[in-house]
Amino acid sequence: MKQIFVKPEKCMGCRSCEIGCAVQHSKDKDLFSAVLQSPPPMKRLFLEATEEIMMPVLCRHCEDAPCLNACISGCLYRDEKGLVRRRKERCIGCWTCVMVCPFGVITRDGEKHIAVKCDGCYKLDMPACVRSCPTGALVLVDIDQFQQEKRHRLVLAGTEREV
Amino acid sequence: MERSIDKATLSALESAEKAGISTVWDRCAAQVPQCGFGEAGLCCRHCLQGPCRISPFEDGPRTGVCGANADIMVSRGLSRAIAAGTASHGAHAKHMAHTLLKAAKGEAPDYPIRDENKLKAVAARIGVSVDGREINEIAEDVAMKALEDFSEKETPLTWAVTTVTKGRVDTFLKLGVVPTGIDSSIAESMHRTTYGVDSDPVNIILGAVKCALADYAACHIATDIADILFGTPSPVATRANLGVLNKNAVNIALHGHNPLLSDILVQVAGEKVLNDSAKAAGASDGINVVGVCCTGNEIMMRHKIPMATSSVSQEAVILTGALDAMVVDYQCIMPSLAGIAECFHTKLITTMPIAKIPKAEHIEFHEPDAKECARKIIEAAIVAFKKRDSGRINIPDISSTAFAGFSVEAILSALSLLDREDPLKPLIDNIVSGNIYGVCLFAGCNTVKVTQDANYLAMIRELAKNNVLILATGCASGAFARHGFMTPEATEKYAGPGLKAVLTAIGQAAGLGGPLPLVLHMGSCVDTSRAADLAVAIADKLGVDLDKLPIVASAPEAVTEKAVAIGTWAVAAGIPTHLGVVPPVLGSKLVTEVLTSTAKDLFGGYFIVETDPVKAAKTLISVIGERRKGLGL
Repeated sequence: MKQIFVKPEKCMGCRSCEIGCAVQHSKDKDLFSAVLQSPPPMKRLFLEATEEIMMPVLCRHCEDAPCLNACISGCLYRDEKGLVRRRKERCIGCWTCVMVCPFGVITRDGEKHIAVKCDGCYKLDMPACVRSCPTGALVLVDIDQFQQEKRHRLVLAGTEREV
Repeated sequence: MERSIDKATLSALESAEKAGISTVWDRCAAQVPQCGFGEAGLCCRHCLQGPCRISPFEDGPRTGVCGANADIMVSRGLSRAIAAGTASHGAHAKHMAHTLLKAAKGEAPDYPIRDENKLKAVAARIGVSVDGREINEIAEDVAMKALEDFSEKETPLTWAVTTVTKGRVDTFLKLGVVPTGIDSSIAESMHRTTYGVDSDPVNIILGAVKCALADYAACHIATDIADILFGTPSPVATRANLGVLNKNAVNIALHGHNPLLSDILVQVAGEKVLNDSAKAAGASDGINVVGVCCTGNEIMMRHKIPMATSSVSQEAVILTGALDAMVVDYQCIMPSLAGIAECFHTKLITTMPIAKIPKAEHIEFHEPDAKECARKIIEAAIVAFKKRDSGRINIPDISSTAFAGFSVEAILSALSLLDREDPLKPLIDNIVSGNIYGVCLFAGCNTVKVTQDANYLAMIRELAKNNVLILATGCASGAFARHGFMTPEATEKYAGPGLKAVLTAIGQAAGLGGPLPLVLHMGSCVDTSRAADLAVAIADKLGVDLDKLPIVASAPEAVTEKAVAIGTWAVAAGIPTHLGVVPPVLGSKLVTEVLTSTAKDLFGGYFIVETDPVKAAKTLISVIGERRKGLGL
């Protein structure tokens, strides 16, 4: 299964991911039309920063998803790709999902009075935020492969130490 | 997206791909996606408390650290772009004025006054007395007047107010946008957009318009002095596109903007000693000079020098493997040329003290011994030729005939064959009758963000069919020249019946045996001033101001800050001006509104942003229709 992973050490805080996300969730999916759209399109991930670190925070599409478990109207569901998505027409704006999300990445659409969250850009091969990141701080990876590569790097680092 | 519709460019790009050489198109692809804040104009680095940026989607902070909101950021960015464009044309014009002064004082013998009539006409226009005076005295006064226009005067810029209609001057005075100095306008723009000065977006834009009018004056000075020193262009037939390179010659490309370098180099390239030396090196056809970008336009229309390509495809000339030297002055010269030249035998030669490139050979060009410098440059090219690898030559056998050099003087002289007493009358009669529905000036560049030339060709087909007379300057000319649109055949093929009849009547009277070309090539980017002169002449003749004329402009593939400056003065001149690429202003609704709508109330001209070329052409046709209606036509 592929997931969007964050490499905080590469994040420069440029917010290009936020813009890419908002544009992808706009009517025409084009920056210039999106800028003129009213009400403006909403982003689904959020750059957070402290003195030491900055990184985008985004929906993990948790396998045991608190939001999905808590949704009382049947709005949230898991699709065939494993993404936690909305059936917008079923959202009643109770904000239970907002309350239980451990990451704070479900927000409120003040115009439509419904919850808004990452849909993993299910129509795209590459999510808009990953595509927009100029430094590679956001990556779309296969989790198994990610672990394997990490182990490989660890071994490599050990070998280099010995040399 | 296709990279280009020019087959010669595509062939060169194919060679690049095979050789693993990256070009501007690859570098652009590597930059995508480009920063959304930058594209919307919503970032600011004007102080050390920044960088600041504002989300275009009404989330996050609504101001930068100093409190500047989106409107202020966008207007400041636009103003600085215009100032940079004006600085470029200003430097070009100042360089010409200094040289005219040296020429007048006998300090630059390689620059004789070639067009005394033009000198006298310019002198008379700006109030320099002509009668009974030596040519050199007049030239010195004209040069000094030009140089005076750069510092801050107590009076309006001479070249801005003596070259436009009275109505325009009144409008500019009323809105407080009359510049009093070219360099001082640039300095003022930099000042008012720095930390904590002008924070009224509309006021900032009016300041930018003032600076753009200084740009107009600079363009006009550059054109006037180029004509004085090198001759006012009249139509010549030549060729355009990479096929003009000759594998049996030492090929030298002149790239950049100022004819001070290129014209002299062309003069020297004809010398027997140099050609013999080229032949001795193995180049049986001697020396072959070709042009690139705007300096290419300058030598194309004055010396029939063929045009190799336009700015965006400048790397393609080296990629043919047959270019021995690329000689550059300033503006639009990609730093990447050095790396690409290194992959071949090509010598990249920089000539200006303010424009050097690491790994290029620098042969500095001085006006007092201009020809000697030019000879040295050509000798370096001959040396490079000897290292040419014939196995790597790929010159696409593609080029088109192009007629170039339609200065206002040349157009009036062609028209005078129809009406000796009143040359403008046939033009105006045909506009009134609708044979010529309107006029569209194409200016500006080629950009990697648009398939090269695609917008130009899509638009001209639509406009010509609807009897719109087409003028072109800068790399717009290059696009039309390379695709064969500057020929009588293009008129036969694409012009609507009214336009075809007019162009044929003038062409027949001029003894061409056919129509004038579909696109009238007016010159380089500074020569956009020539189009303004033509518009002013028509307006004065009709007794109306520029903002009433059925004249529009378009920069469908714009790149440079210079293009932003020219577009802005065209709008201030009352001309509806189309942009085919979106400028970084959409982050401010207010600024967007001012440029595309409020400007119409203030100046009559306004920007039309439309990325679809066919829609853009249709819009321009309907704008011309509105203008015609306004005139009761």
